[in-house]
Amino acid sequence: MPVQEPHVTAGAASWEHYAHGADIGVRGYASCKADAFVQAALALTAVITDPAEVVARESVAIECEAPDDELLFAEWLNALVYEMATRRMLFGRFAVRLDGRRLSGEAWGEPVDAARHHPAVEVKGATYTTLRVAREGERWVAQTVVDV
Amino acid sequence: MDLNLLRQRSPTRWEITPKGAMRVPAIIYASEPLVRDMDHKVYEQAVNVAALPGIVTASYAMPDAHWGYGFPIGGVAAFDPDAGGVVSAGGVGFDISCGVRCLHTGLRRADVLAVQKELAQALYTRIPAGVGSTGSIHLNDREMDAMLAGGAQWAVARGWGLAEDLERVEEHGQMSGAQPDRVSKQAKKRQRDEMGTLGSGNHYLEVQEVTAVFDGDIASRFGLAQGDIVIMIHCGSRGLGHQIGTEFLKRMAIAAAQHGIALADRELACAPIRSAVGQDYLGAMRAAINCALANRQILTDLVRKVFRDVVPQAQLPLLYDVSHNTCKVETHRVDGGTRELYVHRKGATRAFGPGHPDLPEALRDAGQPVLIGGSMGTGSYVLAGTRESEARAFSSACHGAGRAMSRHQALRTWQGRKVVDDLAARGILIKSPSMRGIAEEAPEAYKDVSAVVDAADAAGLARKVARLEPLVCIKG
Repeated sequence: MPVQEPHVTAGAASWEHYAHGADIGVRGYASCKADAFVQAALALTAVITDPAEVVARESVAIECEAPDDELLFAEWLNALVYEMATRRMLFGRFAVRLDGRRLSGEAWGEPVDAARHHPAVEVKGATYTTLRVAREGERWVAQTVVDV
Repeated sequence: MDLNLLRQRSPTRWEITPKGAMRVPAIIYASEPLVRDMDHKVYEQAVNVAALPGIVTASYAMPDAHWGYGFPIGGVAAFDPDAGGVVSAGGVGFDISCGVRCLHTGLRRADVLAVQKELAQALYTRIPAGVGSTGSIHLNDREMDAMLAGGAQWAVARGWGLAEDLERVEEHGQMSGAQPDRVSKQAKKRQRDEMGTLGSGNHYLEVQEVTAVFDGDIASRFGLAQGDIVIMIHCGSRGLGHQIGTEFLKRMAIAAAQHGIALADRELACAPIRSAVGQDYLGAMRAAINCALANRQILTDLVRKVFRDVVPQAQLPLLYDVSHNTCKVETHRVDGGTRELYVHRKGATRAFGPGHPDLPEALRDAGQPVLIGGSMGTGSYVLAGTRESEARAFSSACHGAGRAMSRHQALRTWQGRKVVDDLAARGILIKSPSMRGIAEEAPEAYKDVSAVVDAADAAGLARKVARLEPLVCIKG
């Protein structure tokens, strides 16, 4: 599956997109599961705009839970999609804390500015297609396809 | 797709014989080149759908089928509640009742060319489109529920359209069985400011010219002639449908296990039709269908107002409105008998043949208009349902071109500005808030829509009537 060049951040954490017919896959890598969720959230924003162009003006708290890691990851992305849609915001910075099957997170961002963000497409939701949260050697990967 | 996995039954019908957990065959309708180009995932997904409880006759893939979520996009499957049949959120999709609406204008090419730039700018300015856009209609709780119950009938009653529009919309503009109380507060909140918005991605509004007529008799009954100008609107149930899809995907993934349904893929999440989750989904999904019908009706009203200001001589009656992401209860002839089935069409268009009682009288002899959207630089088509389509795939046909290239690859291949300039050189004006979005939607990123509709015609799914080519395109 073709992938975009990984976007590497501190601590060897990174994110990338991967191809899915009509839509797009988001994937985060990090040394811990929670940070892999953070990286995948950056990939989610990058489907819409360049995360670096989003100014962290205000924060939104996010809480979710699910029966397993993979459904929890999808819940996290879907919570972000919901907050983006209802607040008309984009997020460029994230924090995640995992406690068993519960997630407490925070997203920082600003209202959509079409002239500055040039948003390409809105994300309808995170699917379960290629949904995977797993440890690969020394790092964690969290991925799924989002419907646009 | 590897042709060796299939048994060719005709030039456009390919069968996967039941094996393993499959309860019925899987049938793909497409020409050999289209089948060869299909992703192997279409094969896997058609096979997986064929294993779901209560499926009737076959799992079908249309000529534009591509890798979807659980079901292929371009997938059709019917389920019988008396045989333990299921309803699947993945079998409908996130954008519930996404569809296409086509309006006449009474104009000819020269009328539009005289005002093309002004018209494009007015449509772009007054039709809310793109990420973060909001409509001018803001619904309170009471009006939200009225809209979810009433669909396009609600919109017309509030002044956004004409009573005669309604007979030209599937379900006469109102999906029965909608239960607004099954729609979550979150879904309603997501929709509160999105009525009358186009959305983004592959959604669009186009001013098109009829550039070819293939069946003059049916075209005449549809009111189409070469050189006519029409409007095509492609969008769906906006945030409300997306949220319902998201929520029920999770509920059904959990419910399937509780009901002992083994899923080959979590995205096949489903629940028995006769279960609490199944009934909740049907009530909410039907409300989302009404949301989509109301949304396209409001957009129609906005378009009519723009034309009234820019081209006052235009008249914009509705040709037809189809939805291509739905699950509907329909009566079909199966094995010599008549059965009431829950027909899932995921990226597939209903295509009732001539004489069907649900068609408006003026169109009944011709068959249902089947509206096929292409890409912004190529073309779209109007087809008509056929009598034999019921036996082929429960009266279903394709829905569009289908992507040939991922968004990511398209973005690396084209620049939005150049796509706009190239299309302008061909006389097609594109308006969009996002150059990146245009690059992702470049015409060459889609399959050849002509090959898709030719295959649908050859397979007897629907009959080719007219080809449409864009002059103005508004993209979200």
